[in-house]
Amino acid sequence: MAIAPEERSTAERIEKTGVSLVDADVHNYPRSMDSLTPYMSQRWVEYVRQTGFLTPPKDEYPRFYEGAARRDAWPPNGDIPGSDPAFATMQLLDEWDIDYAILNPLYAVSRVRNLDFGNSLMRAVNEWTAHDWLDFDERYKGSIVVNFSDPPAAAEEIRRVAADPRFVQVLLLARSPAPYGRREFRPIFEAAVDVGLPIGMHFGGGGGPITATGWPSFYIEDHTGMVQSFEAQVLSMVCEGLFVEFPTLRVVLIEAGFAWLPPLMWRLNKNFRGLRQEVPWLKKMPSEYIQEHFRATTQPMEEPENPEHLLQIMDMLGRDDFLMFATDYPHWDFDAPDRAIPASVRGERRDGIMFKTAMEMYDFERS
Amino acid sequence: MSDHDAGAVAGFEIGELKEVEVGGRRMVLGRNKTGYFALANTCPHQGSRLSAGTLIGTAIADAAGKIKYSRDGTILRCPWHGWEFDVDSGRSLCEPERTRVAAYAAREEDGRLLVTVGSTGWGK
Repeated sequence: MAIAPEERSTAERIEKTGVSLVDADVHNYPRSMDSLTPYMSQRWVEYVRQTGFLTPPKDEYPRFYEGAARRDAWPPNGDIPGSDPAFATMQLLDEWDIDYAILNPLYAVSRVRNLDFGNSLMRAVNEWTAHDWLDFDERYKGSIVVNFSDPPAAAEEIRRVAADPRFVQVLLLARSPAPYGRREFRPIFEAAVDVGLPIGMHFGGGGGPITATGWPSFYIEDHTGMVQSFEAQVLSMVCEGLFVEFPTLRVVLIEAGFAWLPPLMWRLNKNFRGLRQEVPWLKKMPSEYIQEHFRATTQPMEEPENPEHLLQIMDMLGRDDFLMFATDYPHWDFDAPDRAIPASVRGERRDGIMFKTAMEMYDFERS
Repeated sequence: MSDHDAGAVAGFEIGELKEVEVGGRRMVLGRNKTGYFALANTCPHQGSRLSAGTLIGTAIADAAGKIKYSRDGTILRCPWHGWEFDVDSGRSLCEPERTRVAAYAAREEDGRLLVTVGSTGWGK
């Protein structure tokens, strides 16, 4: 008797594919506008030439190393890190024997003020990922870049690109003009659910001061303090009833760490007991929505002085299949697959992190 | 189980809460449109006197943003942290299986309010 795809267990899928390592966060970058203009209409190609447009707004702080990249990630051809699929494949996939690597292009189309131009860049980035990367090596899987400053256009792009089964998630950034639970963003989530893809919410973005109390001075504060944006997003998504409206919606927190989640769940549950009337559409304790609908990638993993404390934090997450390994290649804060996860993480828990949870979250062989 | 006289019902207004000792137990008695109720008067969270709380309804919703006021007079809200309890069952609205206050059967008879105190204290 034929087994329906949804009834095929993860174990069966793993046995069939022999998967043992999934990298849930890899970055590919257009080397220049020349990578994207082949996928843009004449209007916007002319606009790029006329204005000398180089790139959407970048980060507010110089990021340690140029391109925030490992110093050895510069390809021999002199192009920027993450721009040469052949070099990245050799340095990452082949070096570590990675079975699947999810590409998250951090191309800030949502920070382009001209929405139509931003949408043109959005479509071009997705075409470029498909042609320059997914065609290059089938181990690469794509994330759909969307312009979250224009949610209806983002929804349209999700439906368009999802027809290519090599794209396995929709990519949002943690710093958005407003928290994603707010109603203006609903078209994005509706489209993601319609096409059956999870949302990946990655470190970065922009739209306002990077902390709730204004601008800090240093990159170290930016990097460490990104957690507060993730906290605000998780709170918003849960409290605004996103998972009540979309019971099948899944969200992956990428490059967020995870040790902050248990205390957030405790605080939220505690307040819910008194303030439930503000958000009465929630039918379960808020932590249950978090545990059911969210997952997180490991890098940059919190590193307690006592490694046993890391295991305790993992226990506090409330489920064993919460974490997915990620390298963040080619960035300087890369996590090495054989070193990043402490030896105290063993057995099923280790397998879950290294590949099994990702195999549950993503359908890498959808057609 | 035994019935205890908790006082005269004369003057007990709808919406009113009273603290009384019944059968050696400190209780909050209340009256809503459908009758009387009796609960233990100590919030299981941090020990407030529930009789200082409010007898009201609450917000409910079937979908995000579709909010309605409902169950008027059937919810006792703690005066401190706002925990909500169903006055008939004593159960918390958020976590009914985990959190509740003892609830006792209460009825009017011949102008007196009678409260039934059972061996478990969980009443109805």
